[in-house]
Amino acid sequence: MKQVFAKPKALNDEIMHYCPGCGHGVAHRLVAEALDHYDITGRTVGVAPVGCSVLMYDYFNCDIIEAPHGRAPAVATGMKRSRSDLIVFAYQGDGDLASIGLAEIVHAANRGENITVIFINNTVYGMTGGQMAPTTLLGQKTTTSPYGRNFNTDGYPIRMAEMLAPLEGTTYVARMSLDKPVNILKARKSVFKAFEMQINNVGFSFVELLTICPTNWGMDSMESIKRIQDEMIPYFPLGVFKEKETEDYI
Amino acid sequence: MYYDVFISGFGGQGILLAGQLLAEAAMEKGLNVTFFPSYGVEMRGGTARCTVVMSDNEIGSPIVDNPRCVIAMNQPSLVRYQESTPPGGLLIVNSSLANLDDVKRQDIEVHGVPMSELAVELGNARLSNMVALGAFARLSGSISSDEIAGALEAVISERNRSLIPLNERAIMEGVRYAGGK
Amino acid sequence: MTEQKRILVKGNEAVGMGAIRAGCLYYFGYPITPQNEIPEFMSRELPRHDGEFVQAESELASINMVLGASAVGVRSMTSSSSPGISLMQEGLSYLAGQELPAVVINVVRCGPGLGGIATSQGDYFQAVKGGGHGDYRVITLAPASVQEMYDHTILAFDLADRYRNPTMVLADAVLGQMQEPIFEHGDVPPEPRKHWTLTGAANRPARHLKSLYLKEGELEAHNRMLQEKYREIQKHEVRFEEYDVDDAQLVVAAFGTSARIARTAVSRAREKGLKVGLFRPVTVFPFPGMRLCSLSERVKKFLVVEMNTGQMVEDVRLNVKGDTEVEFYGRPGGAIPTPVEVLTQIERHY
Repeated sequence: MKQVFAKPKALNDEIMHYCPGCGHGVAHRLVAEALDHYDITGRTVGVAPVGCSVLMYDYFNCDIIEAPHGRAPAVATGMKRSRSDLIVFAYQGDGDLASIGLAEIVHAANRGENITVIFINNTVYGMTGGQMAPTTLLGQKTTTSPYGRNFNTDGYPIRMAEMLAPLEGTTYVARMSLDKPVNILKARKSVFKAFEMQINNVGFSFVELLTICPTNWGMDSMESIKRIQDEMIPYFPLGVFKEKETEDYI
Repeated sequence: MYYDVFISGFGGQGILLAGQLLAEAAMEKGLNVTFFPSYGVEMRGGTARCTVVMSDNEIGSPIVDNPRCVIAMNQPSLVRYQESTPPGGLLIVNSSLANLDDVKRQDIEVHGVPMSELAVELGNARLSNMVALGAFARLSGSISSDEIAGALEAVISERNRSLIPLNERAIMEGVRYAGGK
Repeated sequence: MTEQKRILVKGNEAVGMGAIRAGCLYYFGYPITPQNEIPEFMSRELPRHDGEFVQAESELASINMVLGASAVGVRSMTSSSSPGISLMQEGLSYLAGQELPAVVINVVRCGPGLGGIATSQGDYFQAVKGGGHGDYRVITLAPASVQEMYDHTILAFDLADRYRNPTMVLADAVLGQMQEPIFEHGDVPPEPRKHWTLTGAANRPARHLKSLYLKEGELEAHNRMLQEKYREIQKHEVRFEEYDVDDAQLVVAAFGTSARIARTAVSRAREKGLKVGLFRPVTVFPFPGMRLCSLSERVKKFLVVEMNTGQMVEDVRLNVKGDTEVEFYGRPGGAIPTPVEVLTQIERHY
């Protein structure tokens, strides 16, 4: 029988600890497919964040280091500057990247570090139990915004892709959604592009992925997916915000 | 042999360069030496100070309570540091910028040298630090003016090499003045 | 060693020279007085050696850049002064937990808070007791001369690699800013082979560097393994220096710049006929406690001199025999004890 679908080689057989419906599984898969596609698993080092995906080293067949909370872009910088032949990617959640690690992501982007950052935006702190994230939408109830996020006291949800795209140092910035197959295929293309940018030494590439967190949203998977479409995408529009060609830099 | 000297003045008078030159000369002479300068925000305040310790033995403290010689390159330094040199110590004052009438000590050797004026006569007021070192060499006996001049090449930056002869002249002017008085 | 020329350099520059001599080609740092000559030196020299200099956005970032560089197997370092070192404590804890070698230079200034840029030894506790969260130790060297700023930087890389542990050179503003003649030694111990680095899982299973251990008992075992390593370090790496302790009735104990000042005071006390010696810990972690303990069988009185309100004195008290008197003299907040002050204390307690 002809095999038409398989697990990417860059992923191992470990059973993922993520909650039912969690978006990390799909996001991991897209990264793994990119590693397979470019055949770079053997020269790739991943940087895991603090958050649910801290355990990503259990699932990938590439070398992975754990970074302190928010510092993944700094760790990735140290790696890439010291061994420019390695492919280095950071995989970060919204608390990690957009809150405690805001300085690190902005400056790594601004320096144009030749690394790839995959940013998982599910509008909530997952690992710690559903607290308010910098990306939590206005009115969204979390365990630390029990009356709904209020801009008077909590400020507004941060749009990271829009923040990073204008920086001269970034070469590829996109926001994609993992809510339905057509969008997942677009996201896949984006993740591939981001790695391709690094392989071609073009510079800093960033892909934001809107994902669901049914557990902390208190919804089932279908309701969660609908929330991405009804609430998240209107505030976090999808698209490629910046794409520079290799030639721009030569 | 052990000798310590404290040099103090305004930022821009070349205090640190003088200290460094002295330290370099002492090293080239084969002595042990420490040079401890003022730095950072202290310098933004407009004062510059440094301590140089020279010895043919291992040097303990780079910090000195009572330096055998104080070189006061301006009035505030004279007022503030004349007390620190011990009885029998040496105080060399830039009499162009400090008033010798304000010297209170009777138990030390005091020499006024119009360093700034002598420097201007040589063509550049910034040579006053070299005049000071010449006077110091003559009066302290710790190191010779030739040894100091010999170290100029090591501390003066590449682009200012052409100024070495002028600096040498300033050192000799300090020697001449200190010897003559 | 062949006849070599001495060169007059600043302590901070000696650190940079030692680092490059040790093969460190990757420097990550953030400006702070009184150590700016280190990043300035590295930014000037590393490009000439095909290395990389990155001015990080913060000390949080610089220590984590070092963590990344270390993970891929190169020698790298950062330097800072007290407030910046406080920011690095998180990273130091991770480095220790992940068993990554790294060299951190602390040119200590006075605190607490913004404090000032004058010299201090107020970071002793932070350096030798771990500093960040969790149960770990940082190998800590305490230079007392510009030559040692150079030598200890080289030694720090060697120790860090051999024990896979962060290593700190605990200097201070006087050591960073002063100039002394140094020899640039030729000998650098060979870099040990690193079989744990993240260089791509090409012909081997994937490697992970982590400090998260969630399974029952795993983290306790990891901690016990770390403690075993620290015991090994304590067994093999203690370094100290002594002057005139053989017949001493009173021994002054001091590290770093304080030891230099005390050395002058001790010499003057000897000139006055007082039987006084000096004990200088060269490593402050591992602390030379065993030697102090054996010294205290004969020496009944110690005077600890520090540029703080009493930190190393606690380690001295912990290690000497019970009936030994341990006196303390310290100047905090940027004040420097002078040789005359220390001599006065020696005479008072003799």
